[in-house]
Amino acid sequence: MVKQGSKRVKPKNIGFNIFNYTFLTVLTLLCLYPILYVVFASVSDPHELMNYRGLLLKPLGFTLSGYKLVFKDNSIWLAFKNTGIYVGLGTAINMIMTVMGAYTLSRRDLLWKGPIMIIITITMFFGGGLIPWFLLMKKIGLYNNVWAMLLPTAINTWNMIILRTGFQSVPKELEEAAIVDGASQAKILVQVILPLSKAVLAVIFLYYLVGNWNSWFNAMVLLKDRALYPLQLILKETLVANDSAASAVGSAGGVAIDSVQGSTAYRELVKYCVIVVATLPIMVVYPFLQKYFVKGVYVGSIKG
Amino acid sequence: MGKNKDRQKKTKEKRFTKAAIKKDFKKNYFAYLLIIPVLLWYIIFCYGPMWGISIGFKDFKPLLGFSKSKWVGLKYFKEFFTGPYFFRTVKNTFLLNIWGLVFGFTAPIILSLFLNEVRNKHFKKVVQTITYMPHFISIVVICGMIHLFTQSGGIITQVVDFITGTEHSSLLGFAGMFRPIYTFSGIWQNIGWDSIIYLSAMSSIDPGLYEAAEIDGAGRFKRMWHVTLPQIRPTIIILFIFAVGGLMGSSHEKIILLYNPLTYTTADVIATYIYRRGLQEASYGFATAVGLVSSVVNFILLWITNKVAKKYSEVSIW
Repeated sequence: MVKQGSKRVKPKNIGFNIFNYTFLTVLTLLCLYPILYVVFASVSDPHELMNYRGLLLKPLGFTLSGYKLVFKDNSIWLAFKNTGIYVGLGTAINMIMTVMGAYTLSRRDLLWKGPIMIIITITMFFGGGLIPWFLLMKKIGLYNNVWAMLLPTAINTWNMIILRTGFQSVPKELEEAAIVDGASQAKILVQVILPLSKAVLAVIFLYYLVGNWNSWFNAMVLLKDRALYPLQLILKETLVANDSAASAVGSAGGVAIDSVQGSTAYRELVKYCVIVVATLPIMVVYPFLQKYFVKGVYVGSIKG
Repeated sequence: MGKNKDRQKKTKEKRFTKAAIKKDFKKNYFAYLLIIPVLLWYIIFCYGPMWGISIGFKDFKPLLGFSKSKWVGLKYFKEFFTGPYFFRTVKNTFLLNIWGLVFGFTAPIILSLFLNEVRNKHFKKVVQTITYMPHFISIVVICGMIHLFTQSGGIITQVVDFITGTEHSSLLGFAGMFRPIYTFSGIWQNIGWDSIIYLSAMSSIDPGLYEAAEIDGAGRFKRMWHVTLPQIRPTIIILFIFAVGGLMGSSHEKIILLYNPLTYTTADVIATYIYRRGLQEASYGFATAVGLVSSVVNFILLWITNKVAKKYSEVSIW
């Protein structure tokens, strides 16, 4: 690859390169533009925004009133807090359970590994379906409480397999040396395997983190009490619900919005603002963590 | 994989003796201790619901509970197969997935082919960083954006208005627009991310193959077509098996966030039908029966595709 890069570009490749770079640039701009549009719109003057036609290439005027409305709303803060709890505790449970499973599956000389693997693999192809799952959750008390957000998603089989692959790549000799030193299995896991698998641990940690942050369906199905709603569910009500009266932020702005036209405009503005607020945390850290995310796909593809 | 199974079978006969089991437990008790909660989780959360599939054969009354509800045999299955929504939901599920297969499956392959030809590392990095980004936006936000962009006067609506020359109200109210909106927003979200796996397969192609092609006078397009594409064929086939295996199943999450009664004729798939009948109307038995039908069909499809792939290309998932 490097060798080719240093070669002089031949005339017949110039046409290709022009096409290729143009194609990719257009595609990249198409991917980026919807995100930019939302950001521009979120700080635009709501009345101008409503009547504007055509592409938005910069904010129309500048106002932070949309963000003020969003942050004034208590349900957003409460939802942020709930999401924080679900993501924090949920990811911790995810990591503990996944490490335990991956450790056992990575052992080379386990007599019962075959049967255990079969039990786990079957669940990747068969399931009970939504309704039996829902009825079971209700029956065992995972309904309308914090645990309903934490336990049903405790393990993701793909992530466990990725981590197992990572554990397996720890050199056998290091473990054997630790055994000679008289270390227990638990000590080997904590002091040898985990420190040497930091990169893969980071990968699945991020996968779980993003998954927990973005999850909404379980919350919609298993939570009844609005005080327990995570951010994504409040977002759903604000952005997607057809019945705007039920929308939390949209109607509870609290600011004196005089005309009907005006309130609609502000409701629109608030939508753009909540999108930015809810997506910003992940977008800000994403470029720095990109290599870890990508690595997960590489590791996963070896086995998949 | 096949070899692996044979080896397991052989060693199993030798290894599962009383003495061996005892010795193994003594040596690996820590590993077995750790797997207990994990297996318990699988039994409760994955196998528990499987046990509940029998609800599909019962007139399930939550008050009577699971075991006391009356058996009704195949009543719900008959009801589904002869009901008015059988054809609609099956057709919609199938067509939505065909759209996904034709556009959504090929798009990342095309992107990775062109990206692989880029020699400027910085440019490549920028393209990758930006195209991966939408993958991390939550599905609720994605659908929120779609609602905003496709409402009357929204940016996508304006484009459609311009092309068709007529003014539309919200595009999500048109049954004919649902499949394109669903499919192309999916491509926007995942084209970059899904291309990673192909790029990783391409990075292990022997550079000698390209040099040989160049000596034969092949241009960049030809090298793409005759070298890169055949080299990543196994990866494509594996992913294709999974895609076809999921042909009759689809995630309800995004559809629930995008559809409405106006678009049920094209948007209502088996999974959303189950959700509506089961969770919104509490027809537990009926919805469970429909779910069972769909997962059986899915598995058969996966099995057939895998079999076909094995026969023609020696690549398979098991």
